[in-house]
Amino acid sequence: MIDTPDIDYGALAPIIALTAGICVVLLVGLIGPHGRRGLSSALTLVTLGATAGLMIWRLGEPDVDLVAGALRSDGLSLTIGLIVVAAAAFVVPLQLRDPAAGESGFGESHTLLLGSVLGMVMLAEAQNLISFFVALELLSIPLYVLCGSHRARAKSLESGLKYLIVGSIGSATLLYGSAFIYGGSGGATDFTAIAQGIGTDLADDPLILVGIAFVAVGLAFKVSIAPFHQWTPDVYEGAPTPVTAFMAVATKAAAFAVFARFFIVALGPSSDQWQPALAALAAITIIVGNVGALGQGSLKRMLGYSGVAQAGYMLVGLLVGSIAGIDALVFYLAAYTLMNLAAFAIIAIRERETTLGDDITAVQGIGKDRPELAWPLTISMLALAGLPGTAGFMGKLFLIEAAVAGDYTWLGVFIVVGSMISLAYYLRVVAAVWMRPAPRLAPAIAGAAPEAGADGPLPSRTGTRGRTPAGTPSGGRCWLLLGVTLIAAAATIVFGIVPSPLIDFSVHAGQGLASMLGL
Amino acid sequence: MLSWIVFIPVVVGLIGFLLPARVVGWWALLGSLVSLGLAIALVAGFDAAGGALQDVVDRSWIPQLGVRYQLGVDGLSLFLVLLTSVLWAATVLWSALQHPDRPRNYFFMLGLAQTATLGAFLAQDLLLFVLFFDLMLIPFYFLIGQWGTGDRIRATIKMIIYTLIGSLLMLVAAIATAVLSADAVGQVTFSIETLRQFPLPAGSQYWIFAFFSLAFLIKMPAFLVHGWIVDAYKACPLPVLALLSGVLSKVAAYGFLRIVMPVLPDAAIHFQDVLLIIALASILYGSAMAFTHPDIRLIAAYSSVAQMGFITLGIFSLSSTGGDGSVIQMVNHGLVIAPVFLIVAIIAERSGTEDIREMGGMARHAPVLAALFIIVTMALLAIPGSANFVGEYFILQGVFETKVAIAVVASVGIALAAFYALRMYQQTMHDREAAAGVSREIAFREAIVLVPLVACIVALALYPGLITSRGTDAVDRSLAAVSTDASPPPEALAEGGWTGYGPPLETAEAPR
Repeated sequence: MIDTPDIDYGALAPIIALTAGICVVLLVGLIGPHGRRGLSSALTLVTLGATAGLMIWRLGEPDVDLVAGALRSDGLSLTIGLIVVAAAAFVVPLQLRDPAAGESGFGESHTLLLGSVLGMVMLAEAQNLISFFVALELLSIPLYVLCGSHRARAKSLESGLKYLIVGSIGSATLLYGSAFIYGGSGGATDFTAIAQGIGTDLADDPLILVGIAFVAVGLAFKVSIAPFHQWTPDVYEGAPTPVTAFMAVATKAAAFAVFARFFIVALGPSSDQWQPALAALAAITIIVGNVGALGQGSLKRMLGYSGVAQAGYMLVGLLVGSIAGIDALVFYLAAYTLMNLAAFAIIAIRERETTLGDDITAVQGIGKDRPELAWPLTISMLALAGLPGTAGFMGKLFLIEAAVAGDYTWLGVFIVVGSMISLAYYLRVVAAVWMRPAPRLAPAIAGAAPEAGADGPLPSRTGTRGRTPAGTPSGGRCWLLLGVTLIAAAATIVFGIVPSPLIDFSVHAGQGLASMLGL
Repeated sequence: MLSWIVFIPVVVGLIGFLLPARVVGWWALLGSLVSLGLAIALVAGFDAAGGALQDVVDRSWIPQLGVRYQLGVDGLSLFLVLLTSVLWAATVLWSALQHPDRPRNYFFMLGLAQTATLGAFLAQDLLLFVLFFDLMLIPFYFLIGQWGTGDRIRATIKMIIYTLIGSLLMLVAAIATAVLSADAVGQVTFSIETLRQFPLPAGSQYWIFAFFSLAFLIKMPAFLVHGWIVDAYKACPLPVLALLSGVLSKVAAYGFLRIVMPVLPDAAIHFQDVLLIIALASILYGSAMAFTHPDIRLIAAYSSVAQMGFITLGIFSLSSTGGDGSVIQMVNHGLVIAPVFLIVAIIAERSGTEDIREMGGMARHAPVLAALFIIVTMALLAIPGSANFVGEYFILQGVFETKVAIAVVASVGIALAAFYALRMYQQTMHDREAAAGVSREIAFREAIVLVPLVACIVALALYPGLITSRGTDAVDRSLAAVSTDASPPPEALAEGGWTGYGPPLETAEAPR
């Protein structure tokens, strides 16, 4: 007997809006020889704006199960969804003058971006194993393509391929683990049903144990938790900078959302048994990420390793298994989004202005003649390091408080030890910006590749490198981009001084999970 | 009022970004004079009678975490606030006359540093204190890194890593204090006043104490954790160094009195000997290094290590006399070391070197400079009659009451102070005239900063000097009016939740 599903269009509205936007942007991209840059960007922003508006509206509405219990619209999914949408909206101006987006067509790039956003929004809503996996693939596949979209750069192609292979391994592991859990829990796919199916003691059921381990490994690949992080620096370095920026924050946010939902809802009763394992992973991740970042000359690689370390901090919020921990996690994700995006935007701007690529020398001495770039970069570095007066400090404070309250004081100490190590490489950037003289270099000229000499160009495409469709050089100043960067940096400071609005926002996430657990 | 005092400097610094570069120094000076005026008004309006907090500001800040925006002033912090304002005004004036590069950034960083320091002195919420304490580092990092000399990038990284190791562990310790006492209090709160009423079990106190102490000892710096000062002091621009040494080190000592003693009393008693020995080692090591080192900056720096050792010694004598001595000594040392560094700046500029062996004969054509320097030197070596003598006397008396052996060794430190202070004066001012360098009288733009500071030293020396001659009993009472509140009566301690553990009344230097 088949029940006719009762469709809650209101709660599905963000997903519907995104899907409609994808169709429109794709079709508009087909008009004209190179895809209309301005029109396509504007439509993407409108789509994201509409989605964000609908999500903010849903934040005030009660939590509901959607699509026969496959998805759930609640505080957690909406807060994470908003973070993802905000990150995507930031990336759109970042792509405006991006050679990669210009080369592969703005319509296509924006469609892939929106597709990935849709996957992330669904992943944050997923509450059964099937929708979990489908959303994860929907998120990943557009990103594989976007990573390789700068076809003229060998490193971009390498990055896309590497991400594809490693990502597929992660997905396969996860799928395999899901099957084990399905079998071990007596045929349950819903997270709540799994919780009932597997009970509190995992030790006597190797099937479940293996399943959980595989799912954890698959998720660890996505959020780049050590020792499953090796792809991160390579992919971050090779991918076009706007794509890196998007991946670094949005993928992490969405994957952490489902990570939290799966472990706290489906495996909540047995938390005593997986907490020590995740705690060990978090500790390893913090150390590996921070130590790995130390000697990096490429800013994107450095931020890649720093992203690994930051994932370790966030994992602490998750593994304590408390509602306060989830609040702290979402707060940290929001803060991390602000500070990371500002940093990537500055890197992207300097990539286009100089011929030094993302090397640290590209930002040397900008404190003197480009203060409007130097300040956001400085603020974001200090915030990532967790210095007071920034949102990063508040995020760490929140995480440490959750860790201490959850009897994981030693992990709190690990967070601060990691922060100390991280100072060495974050401050290296700050020192380069303010305390070292600018390198002598000629400004980027039209058609010149920003990365010339940094990596081997593919000969056949050299002629078109660095050109946007309109024929403008990839250099030049973009006031829109500078504006959003300054806003992100300013918000980092404001939320470091008055964190309450952001805390109120992140508390929605904890409430969402609490209602799901029936608390 | 307190919020104004704290935030005027940074707001002035921010407004400075909108002004033309050549007036920004004078604008910053105006701001620092306003905050000095407010600090003087604070001292004038201070009610010396009670030991309680005054001018309390208490607002909700991060309700979700139990953090409140609480400021307040008492006898402990009152003169440190004034000291901060005086030294900042001096430094800003000095810098405004020197016209640094990129003045907007420079004066903004100075303002931010002042805000952070004043905030640390006035914060009554544990987390707010930690936040300001950590925030102090950022402007000094930029000040040293951008306007410093020599291998400044390495120096700043070393400094920031050293000091943040302590500060961040202190953050964990502060959070742990609040969370672990949440059951007893009924909610998570960081209010120092509340936390002192609900002391933690001794076991938790011990490790929390270790984290806090590490942070404070590094900041001071004390022996064993002083590794950062050599590079940082060498790279630091001298007017900024006057602040770094004059004020920042005091925040650490103040932290012991404000937080460690009231909130972690059991641990303070438990670790008393350890801290006393570290303090003693700082005195001896600092004095020995100051006596042998040829670099004039480092002589001053190591003398600072020794002096901070004395202050720690007084605090951990756990007696009200020693505590009184420490509080007065904090102000004295700040007032003395800042002019020392400014004079070092003058001398170094004239002789073109900072190596004491290549200096000499500076006094020949500069009697006023020499006179100012000798006053400062005498205060530094705590000659009887100076306020420093009063401070050191009380510290030693406090230690003699509890730990005689340590006090005897510490007395040697006073003699050593005379050695290094006089050596510094003699080799720069007297001796044979150096080949390089010129002896030139103090310039107006230097005198206008130095003379008021030296006047402060003299004034402070005169007043406590009159008091000591009238006998120790009166000193204790009078000191409460001059610099700090003396021991509160026993019944007040009991009301304040003092556990009465260990030596009951002698531990009473805990602030009220």
